[in-house]
Amino acid sequence: MSALERRRVVVTGIGPVTPVGTGVDAFWQSITAGRSGVGKLEAFDTSEYPSRIAAEVHDFRAEDYMEAPDARRMERFAQFAVAAAQLAVRDAQLDPDRVPPERVGVVIGTGIGGISAFESQASVLAEKGPTRINPRLVSVMIPNMAAAQVARTFGFTGPNDCTTTACAASGHGIARAVELIRSGAADVCVAGGSEAAITPLTLAGFCSARALSKRNDDPEGASRPFDAGRDGFVLGEGAAALVLEEREAAEARGARVYAEISGFGMSSDAYHETAPHPEGAGAVLAMRAALADAGAEAFEVGYVNAHGTSTPLGDSAEVAAIRRVFGEDADRLAVSSTKSVTGHLIGAAGAAEAAATVLAIARGVLPPTINYETPDPTCDVDVVPNVARQADPDVAVSNSFGFGGQNVSLVFRRCP
Amino acid sequence: MTDEEIHNEMQTVLVEEFKVEPGDIAPEATFKHLGLDSLDMVTLVMSLEDRLGVEIPDGELAGIERVDQAIDLLGRKVATRA
Repeated sequence: MSALERRRVVVTGIGPVTPVGTGVDAFWQSITAGRSGVGKLEAFDTSEYPSRIAAEVHDFRAEDYMEAPDARRMERFAQFAVAAAQLAVRDAQLDPDRVPPERVGVVIGTGIGGISAFESQASVLAEKGPTRINPRLVSVMIPNMAAAQVARTFGFTGPNDCTTTACAASGHGIARAVELIRSGAADVCVAGGSEAAITPLTLAGFCSARALSKRNDDPEGASRPFDAGRDGFVLGEGAAALVLEEREAAEARGARVYAEISGFGMSSDAYHETAPHPEGAGAVLAMRAALADAGAEAFEVGYVNAHGTSTPLGDSAEVAAIRRVFGEDADRLAVSSTKSVTGHLIGAAGAAEAAATVLAIARGVLPPTINYETPDPTCDVDVVPNVARQADPDVAVSNSFGFGGQNVSLVFRRCP
Repeated sequence: MTDEEIHNEMQTVLVEEFKVEPGDIAPEATFKHLGLDSLDMVTLVMSLEDRLGVEIPDGELAGIERVDQAIDLLGRKVATRA
């Protein structure tokens, strides 16, 4: 099938559950106002940790989105996913009873899955032995359970998948959902990602990897992508889901369309477990592949929602990659990082940032990169510093790069 | 240990671990009706084994569907406890 005749995919619903707000409007107001979701980590005692800050979701009540017995049988990451899916389906005004359930797919990515159950049950094993392990341990911790629980909640019996490419997991999840709709395997997909890994073991692991900001005295200033003073990312949690639909079907039911997902591109750095390729070679490949898939020229792109984690190496490599892909157009390109506000939602980051990118197109406002004070010559692009900006990009790109060097770029286009 | 004390232990576990409404825990109530599935039954038995100091082999759980049946079984186990 040629690009001209293939099925097209549009975004009709958005459901964010994030440290800076739940639901489209709360999320959008926070990221455009630049209200940081980072604070002192409250979930457990961090006095022995070098990084003692996080972007936690404080106001989440699972029972607002599901029956109590269902909530009891899910880890927090699966609860987040169900909540995000509920919000997205509601936002799309999609009546689950009016679509054939086998035509609705679900793809929910996660980087880490149900690690809090793993941690608590490892303690039980050490203290009480193997006969006292929770019989639900395996089912609640496996990463694919979030997608399974979303399907179960709605009765969606179409293709069901889970992408697990760390910080790129939900970017890959959205790409997978686009494939499912293009190929005809599904007409609608609930796609996104979820993460709830602010746990003692995960935090310790990221601390040991020297990945996290230690700006403990200034939590709100800790996530500072592209700023010369950046010193690592801030661990966050949350979820985001998008409702994706085949374009003609969405238009036929009179759905409100935020934007089209016109392309995606994927690549591998094939370089190092955690460090990015210094020139962003994999990122270049992903962005170029995405633009080619979308049939978009570099000059058409008005906005890049960067992966921008606030690590010293990662941000420089991404800017180098953007310069290679966009050439002279990079000088007039707006590039901002939503993680400056939300912290790093790991497996949910790609979906939350896809949501930010779609809303930027739909609402004509670019969310800023906050905490930008001191320019870094290796990050010399327009980062939309500190204050949101009115703009009307026709085409926008959202980047996600994971530990493992797995990269995905998504391209969104304004719908007439 | 009396049946009433065993009932109280079970009620505590059902309410605290399984969020069951205390008023629903009648002797003739089935665990299924209380929202417990087969995996929950395993967890329930583990908790009660620890609290009561007994051991219930998997085979003896077959046919236990109601609260009063479980209390009978636990009562017998407690009575023969070493």
